[in-house]
Amino acid sequence: MAKKITDNISWVGKVDWELKMFHGNELSTRRGSSYNSYLLRGASKTVLLDTVWGPYDREFVSRLRQEIDLKKIDAVVMQHNESDHSGALVELMRAIPGTPIYCTAKGEAILRGHYHQDWNYVNVKTGDKLDLGGGESLTFIEAPMLHWPDTMFSYYDGCGGVLFSNDGFGQHYASENLFNDEVPEGEMMREAEKYFANILGPFCPMVTRKVKEILAMNLPLKLICPSHGVIWRRNPEQIVEKYLAWADAYAENQVTIVYDTMWNSTRLMAEAIARGIRSAAPEITVKLFNAAKFDKNNILTEVFHSRALLIGSPTINNGYSFAIAGLLEMVKGLKLKKKIGASFGSYGWSGEGVKLLNEHLAAAGFALADEGIRVQWVPDADALAQCEEYGRAFAAKLA
Amino acid sequence: MKKYTCDVCGYEYDPANGDPDNGIAPGTAFEDLPVDWVCPVCGVGKDEFSPAE
Repeated sequence: MAKKITDNISWVGKVDWELKMFHGNELSTRRGSSYNSYLLRGASKTVLLDTVWGPYDREFVSRLRQEIDLKKIDAVVMQHNESDHSGALVELMRAIPGTPIYCTAKGEAILRGHYHQDWNYVNVKTGDKLDLGGGESLTFIEAPMLHWPDTMFSYYDGCGGVLFSNDGFGQHYASENLFNDEVPEGEMMREAEKYFANILGPFCPMVTRKVKEILAMNLPLKLICPSHGVIWRRNPEQIVEKYLAWADAYAENQVTIVYDTMWNSTRLMAEAIARGIRSAAPEITVKLFNAAKFDKNNILTEVFHSRALLIGSPTINNGYSFAIAGLLEMVKGLKLKKKIGASFGSYGWSGEGVKLLNEHLAAAGFALADEGIRVQWVPDADALAQCEEYGRAFAAKLA
Repeated sequence: MKKYTCDVCGYEYDPANGDPDNGIAPGTAFEDLPVDWVCPVCGVGKDEFSPAE
């Protein structure tokens, strides 16, 4: 069923409580998600902004028919054409094939590349307006790499000001409620941060520039309507401010220790290092995660949230473990800034794991705190004391 | 003339080729690209480019 946002804007998307993985298996979505599509009825023109993911295309179109005679849709605005937003377009355009699709030039290329259809594309740029009648309009704002080349936002000057921000300010967060003031704030904000860290993290310079550009426009703003999760109604500025903070080499006073372990030696090292950090600097939050057992994207969010990352792996086959290799690849992709890194691990004979981890951390942009620490075979009391001392020294470097 | 790489998407601007699809003739140095020129792949500005190694 459509849900009313204002007198002339309705939510016509799909809440997906079942979604647990996104981007194939790259991103976990533990709290589900939603694909938000919005129907905006102006005085003389009706516009549909974005659609939903392909598996829900028929459900989407049939429910949209209950809300409006499809022929009364004057334009479809595609702000970003990844399949979670464009997947229902083929089904929709079958019913209204000549309806103009407003998108960026890159958006057209992506739609053509995905669906191979010669639809009625209308390319728009920043500042272009779609007149809705009654003195109101929808203004387009290109937002390249937030988070694809085609991304744009759309600003509606009615209803006190509504920013349709597509994936920007979104959360993979399923809710039967529409607004941020209707859901538990803590869990929703955690999803907003996870979304930023995993999706927008690599594009922080563009986030900063685009957010500042929009703030400089001094637009009245009552609502921010993203394409996933809840709408920002209560204090919509809060998420804009959060984005500025998150995009600016964000770090809380936290150290995250991520390790893998075969016979518990590297785990014992991780725990001893954590004790050392805590004893030297009790104000620092220390968290430990076994990379092979915990949700990789939640770990990445913790790393994003931290000042420093300690990464540990036993040396195996002259390298490091499968789980650590995968996680490091993802860490590198996030292009984190101003973070401190160090490595540790147990070994039996060759023992090059720590050196290789250091190289990977440096390549990922981390400032190495030191050479790291290794223990051969199973750490005894002396070795664990050395790990604790290592933790204390590491904490001192963060002071 | 130096090649430049887009830090965001990895596109390489080669002055020998220019960017003819966007009106940049072959032989145009990166420094001589107009200020509003953007990466033809991902759309970010010149300041997101670094000299290629």
